[in-house]
Amino acid sequence: MTDHRKPHTTPVKSWTFDDHTNSYIRRAAATGIYDIRGGGAKRRVPHFDDLLFLGASMSRYPLEGYREKCDTSVKLGTRYAKNPIELDIPITIAGMSFGALSGQAKEALGRGASAAGTSTTTGDGGMTPEERGHSTKLVYQYLPSRYGMNPDDLRKADAIEIVVGQGAKPGGGGMLLGQKISDRVAEMRNLPKGIDQRSACRHPDWTGPDDLEIKILELREITSWKVPIYIKIGGARPYFDTTLAIKAGADVVVLDGMQGGTAATQDVFIEHVGQPTLACIRPAVQALQDLGMHRKVQLVLSGGIRTGADVAKALALGADAVSIGTAALIALGDNDPRWEKEYNKLGTTAGAYDDWHEGLDPAGITTQDPQLSARLDPILAGQRLKNYLKVMTLEAQTIARACGKNHILNLEPEDLCALTMEAAAMAQVPLSGTNWIPGKPDV
Amino acid sequence: METIDLTKSSLRDLNEILQRQSEITNQKQWEVINPKGAHAVAVGLNAPLELSIKGSTGYYCGGMNQKANIKVYGSVGPGVCENMMSGCVTIEGDASQYAGATGQGGLLVIKGNAASRCGISMKGINIVVHGNIGHMSAFMAQSGNLVVLGDAGDALGDSLYEARLFVRGNVKSLGADCVEKEMRPEHLNILQDLLNRSNANADAKEFKRYGSARSLYNFDIDNAGDY
Amino acid sequence: MCGIVGLFLKDKSLELTLGEMLTQMLITMSDRGPDSAGIAIYKNPKNSFTKVTVQSSQPQIDFENIKIELDSLFNQNLEIMIIDTHAIITIETEYLNSIKEILATSFPNLRIMSIGDSIEIYKEVGLPETVANRFDISKMSGSHGIGHTRMATESAVTTMGAHPFSTGNDQCLVHNGSLSNHNSLRRKLRKEGIECETDNDTEVAAAFLTYKMNEGYNLGDALKAGITELDGFYTFLVGTKNGFGVLRDPIACKPAVLAETEQYVAFGSEYRALVNLPNIDSAKVWEPEPATVYFWEH
Repeated sequence: MTDHRKPHTTPVKSWTFDDHTNSYIRRAAATGIYDIRGGGAKRRVPHFDDLLFLGASMSRYPLEGYREKCDTSVKLGTRYAKNPIELDIPITIAGMSFGALSGQAKEALGRGASAAGTSTTTGDGGMTPEERGHSTKLVYQYLPSRYGMNPDDLRKADAIEIVVGQGAKPGGGGMLLGQKISDRVAEMRNLPKGIDQRSACRHPDWTGPDDLEIKILELREITSWKVPIYIKIGGARPYFDTTLAIKAGADVVVLDGMQGGTAATQDVFIEHVGQPTLACIRPAVQALQDLGMHRKVQLVLSGGIRTGADVAKALALGADAVSIGTAALIALGDNDPRWEKEYNKLGTTAGAYDDWHEGLDPAGITTQDPQLSARLDPILAGQRLKNYLKVMTLEAQTIARACGKNHILNLEPEDLCALTMEAAAMAQVPLSGTNWIPGKPDV
Repeated sequence: METIDLTKSSLRDLNEILQRQSEITNQKQWEVINPKGAHAVAVGLNAPLELSIKGSTGYYCGGMNQKANIKVYGSVGPGVCENMMSGCVTIEGDASQYAGATGQGGLLVIKGNAASRCGISMKGINIVVHGNIGHMSAFMAQSGNLVVLGDAGDALGDSLYEARLFVRGNVKSLGADCVEKEMRPEHLNILQDLLNRSNANADAKEFKRYGSARSLYNFDIDNAGDY
Repeated sequence: MCGIVGLFLKDKSLELTLGEMLTQMLITMSDRGPDSAGIAIYKNPKNSFTKVTVQSSQPQIDFENIKIELDSLFNQNLEIMIIDTHAIITIETEYLNSIKEILATSFPNLRIMSIGDSIEIYKEVGLPETVANRFDISKMSGSHGIGHTRMATESAVTTMGAHPFSTGNDQCLVHNGSLSNHNSLRRKLRKEGIECETDNDTEVAAAFLTYKMNEGYNLGDALKAGITELDGFYTFLVGTKNGFGVLRDPIACKPAVLAETEQYVAFGSEYRALVNLPNIDSAKVWEPEPATVYFWEH
């Protein structure tokens, strides 16, 4: 019972030393090693939700739903390749490795993407025959590790994506725990089973865009200049990075913001290195425009793309297409509440589960365990992915039509306004209800 | 013998002709003259040709080689035989950095010196260097054999996995988790075989063997400083 | 990111073809850097005279004006040679400070490319071949020279952003790589009284060396100090009045090739740059070791 003569103030927790921070400190003190997890940046940063489309009005007329077409097709790699990639929709599946994902998950991605008329991408570890079999368009990642890299697979690919960095860990490297190196993965990567995997942060045989230019020449010579070469970068210095990627000879630039996911890396890297996706687009597009390369070298944006609105906004700001990773996994069934009891046993809850490197995923997606991965039916899951891609495309078309566009790539920055100062400054569109763009002189 | 002159033919033409040769070919002998430091010479080959390159090349000579036997009468730039899958490549002169990087198979012989990062991330290739190798060689080397008749530079075999390193000369310093190991009969056999195949005038008994201490295989807080 | 080349002649009979050889070497490196190019040539030192090389973006007007102004003041003791956007002012050394003052006050839009007894620096935006043709570099003679073709990394593509950078008399520097602590160093040097004009990381490296040499270090020791104080990836090629030096950072990822014969020492980012030099087939060709200073002097 409170003694009225000696009252307590209500207990107050610290904003600085909040529950999560305190648990982080306790964990560090107990283990002596940094925390590793999967996924992208979880904290709130300015994002597409802070932008709105203006829509139709007295001065701008919308298109009718059915008869008046709104085209969504996109061609990637028109700069140098003999065979650019033609996509039915401007949404691709980002690179995720077999090893990080189960075979069933990779198959589901391939099935869903192919049904929707778009591409998937291999990840760290190489190309599996199943993936090549299930994806009508497959982009082959060329990473610092070079696990499983070989010229036969290179020639089977529809495009090659040279990974310089990714949003979750621009400049990434470091250690990954051993549980996910199953027999098949160990064999593909030529590593002893069950060991911690060390990850190189630079490519082994080139450093810098001047040498990258020569590496690209080599890759083109090996593949007879047939396929597009993409360069993937994280959200570090988007203006300079895009400029240098173009100068090094890229056909396509893939730009991944901090919300972009990874299979496993240090939490500190994910949350504290690399800029938000929204902040990266305009500098990258500016670089393309300054070099006269906008729409000639295509820009694919990734990192937290979730809805048709996100797709439309990314394209309006100047991207040619977007790529989804985390969202695709959620469509397949990742972090689904149906497994809540099992998430609780793992000390977490649906929507928060991110210890993918432990290989215990109840949804059977980020695991190599045969029993768990059998829970995912690749055909059903592929169907779900196709449905999700379809919805995003329809949503983006709806928005584009409302803005009077007959092609989704005709969306432009002037179709947008911002709800916050940060978003206005980053996206370089006016604050809603004003003509004001922070940082730009008044027009 | 077919001769291709790089002052007259383009690089694309050269690689296209060589890549077009398949298993069944009458034309097995090829020669490239006047390479003059060009990059990506003879990359992506996929047939058991005999190719002579008369002169020095730039980066990535013989990149991703499969099955071909290539001899370079000169020196090569960075990344010679990067990601080689099979075949045999001999460099009469010196090799620049990253020689044999990420190679998965085949034999790379360098008669002169190789520079830094020789055999970086190697995945099964065999490399024999008659001269010296530079620093950070065999960094993160996973499998295969690196044989050096001369000296090795700093940080040899840093973060080594299961590749075997044999050095006859002096090793300036060893990298993280790389230690000298006992030379047993099976190692002597592997080494002598490689020496013979690469025409190296040396006896396996003159070499020391280096390999992974395997202490970084599973994280232990006490080794955190080595990462 | 870039391509760099250098040539130091031991055999005087080759001096007439220095410009031609250096131009060839530089053009071969064009792929590595399409943005801008520059060459520093060391030639024709005249006893008790100093050369000031300046650049103008409106050469017709500026050079006409400066000719009038300087002729009236210095008459006998001055020579001005105009080549495209650059002008070489040769003045008796005792009047050097006056010239610098006049340039600073009356001609602030002229950019000083180099000052020294021997050195002349030419640099502009554009491909190496274009830049070399503008200044007729292939007709120049000299004792040694360095050249650079640029792919800008973190600063703008401008004339002043091009290399070589010169921060001291007869000194210049070209760089392939990317320094990671250049902003802090720039601020530190500013406090010591050394101002950098551009955002370029290479200019900071040049200023750092000048600063050390002003403190009494010789070039070799200044470069050695750079190994600890300059952070990042670099291959440096440095020119001084009588010599030429090379330094790679301790990680040594950026390429570098040296070739030496009895007649010359040559440097290139790639072996390709050296293939047309006389007797290259019998030259000693090697790659400089990391964190090791190599230096040749007349």
